[in-house]
Amino acid sequence: MIHQILFIIFGVICVAGAVNLLVQRHPINSALSLVVVMGALALIYLLLGAEFVAAIQVIVYAGAIMVLFVFVIMLLNAGEEERSRGSHIALLLGVPGVIALGCLVAWTMLSHNTQLGGVRINTADFGATQPIARLLFRDFLLPFEITSVLILIAIMGAVVLGRRES
Amino acid sequence: MSPISGVDYIRILPELVLTAFGIAVMLIDPLLKPSDSRRGLGLLSFVGTLAAIAAAVYQMHYYGLGWFGMVRVDSFSIFFHVLIPAISAVCILASLEYLEQQKIGSGEYYALILFGTVGMVLMSSAVELVLIFVALEISSISTYILAGYRRRSASSAEASIKYFLLGSFATAFFLYGVALMFGATGTTDILRIQAQLAATNPGILAYVATALMIIGLGFKVAAAPFHIWTPDVYEGAPAPIVALMSTGPKAAAFAVLLRVLFATTGTGWFWLIWISAALSMTLGNFGALVQGNVKRMLAYSSIAHAGYLLVAFAASNQLGISAAIFYTAAYAAMNVGAFAVVSHFGSAGERYVSIDDYAGLGKRSPLLAFTLTIFLLSLIGIPATAGFLAKYYAFTAAMHGTSATHPTALVWLVIIGVVNSAVASYYYLRLVVVMYMREPTVSEPPAPASASMRVALVITTIATIYLGVVPGRLLDYTTLAASDLQPKTKAAGMMGARFKSLTDLEVKELFRRSSHVTPAEDNRSGSQEKKRVDNR
Repeated sequence: MIHQILFIIFGVICVAGAVNLLVQRHPINSALSLVVVMGALALIYLLLGAEFVAAIQVIVYAGAIMVLFVFVIMLLNAGEEERSRGSHIALLLGVPGVIALGCLVAWTMLSHNTQLGGVRINTADFGATQPIARLLFRDFLLPFEITSVLILIAIMGAVVLGRRES
Repeated sequence: MSPISGVDYIRILPELVLTAFGIAVMLIDPLLKPSDSRRGLGLLSFVGTLAAIAAAVYQMHYYGLGWFGMVRVDSFSIFFHVLIPAISAVCILASLEYLEQQKIGSGEYYALILFGTVGMVLMSSAVELVLIFVALEISSISTYILAGYRRRSASSAEASIKYFLLGSFATAFFLYGVALMFGATGTTDILRIQAQLAATNPGILAYVATALMIIGLGFKVAAAPFHIWTPDVYEGAPAPIVALMSTGPKAAAFAVLLRVLFATTGTGWFWLIWISAALSMTLGNFGALVQGNVKRMLAYSSIAHAGYLLVAFAASNQLGISAAIFYTAAYAAMNVGAFAVVSHFGSAGERYVSIDDYAGLGKRSPLLAFTLTIFLLSLIGIPATAGFLAKYYAFTAAMHGTSATHPTALVWLVIIGVVNSAVASYYYLRLVVVMYMREPTVSEPPAPASASMRVALVITTIATIYLGVVPGRLLDYTTLAASDLQPKTKAAGMMGARFKSLTDLEVKELFRRSSHVTPAEDNRSGSQEKKRVDNR
């Protein structure tokens, strides 16, 4: 029971942070909302019993990546964003669409709870560091290594697109 | 001893070769002076793609699962491991001329093509959704960057940012689908998902997961209603890159779609694919009718062709899979060829891309006009070209695929397809008519095609005609490749029958992997695992 209450609390914080990220006009406010989202996610991971992932989430995302974000925003001295006077069709159709879709998904999940057909994963050491290491460096070694190619092209892309035209 | 054997490395050999050449290009590039020609790097990349094709052919003796069940080398994967590097090779040949024409002097261009190819080929051999996701991202991100390579043009930057934003959005859908599929089956291994879904009645989660994955992949193949980005991106991106991204990532995404969908039969995706196919064909062809820009017209045509391909998917039988695989190859041949001509004719800054600019091309440059005509006729589907047979097989498969649950749905889909083919011939033929029957409006004579461009055009022309006249060998191979995917059990729950098609090694691998999620046995098999590793 306490589990569910905590989950709802952190879930609400997480979604609220995400919405605030979009609504805020100043980049710094958006970045700080993202910290809230990351932190709430870490707590949800913790509730799932994934302590290692929760710790990594805090260290890597809330720590390293967010610091980088904030640094870049400060270096660019980015000010408040201006709203373009584009069409409001996206807003008028998109927001009700998202709400309708969310309601549909929530309704399906709640009313057809028994037919969802999920599986239970309740091994004793689920989420502990050792099984994660075994997954990461053995079963998922190839995706783990191939991610280096992904990072390489992302860096290369930043260099290529950011380079001054001679 | 290491649990990774030498065979594991052979099972990703083409990827290793491409990555090595990509890194070599990256390392050599800074050693050249900024003013130097990057032609040598282009040729090196070309050699790299050829080496990757050779590596893929070599893999034929090493069928099976590798890297703890992550990749599966079979006829299906080898087909795409030959097709996709071949597409990249021709695009690199076309780029050699293009980069000089546009005065783009940066060697990363070729490295990005090679790395993108790594992602695409890996998508076709991966049988694990996490690996597919990483490979999909590699292929997508490299094309996002390449789309923005015309730095002097605002439309190119627009193409890049649009492609990036919408592409990331679509990838998120795919990832959500993967997560839900994990929730539904407890695994991300496609072979085990297939076994799991066949054994139990798939629940709502599996349905939603499949639908979300179709959305994500539908974006990548530019199928309606996820096609909005296509015309803008194709218009802005460099023409040789459009040749690549309208065929390579598309073929790879179709390969993933085939693997995923035929592992999740029974999750009700038939109507999703049916609607998407009908919409793609109709919106694509009617959109193309009103275009004045050749690149935009070909973009809409690309949407329409994704629709024809989905018709073969909807058939969901052996014939349909082999028709779909054949279609990717035929479409690659003709579309890369068409964009190579567009790239050459565009000249510096891609000035000549409107249909009116093509007026009188038949007189000014007869050979170029003739090759473009062949590609356009093939895109219409005139007999004796690859396009005709591709469409013919797709529609035939759909006619054979009628089942008891939806007796006439596929027939209607074929009717929609045939009507659309008739509509399509209008806009392709209009370009042919403009080329041959109108007086030139551009006074400047077109530059003679460079040697590399000629090679690219000859390869694509021969491929288009060859597949249209003697398709037998390729068709045999696609049938073989299709048999790798066909779900082996019709009777649900027959685990034994499902494994009959796999080799002993693969069965062992599957059971070994399943030890991680089967709750009761986890500890026991975990300790066995440890022992086995220790023994080595």
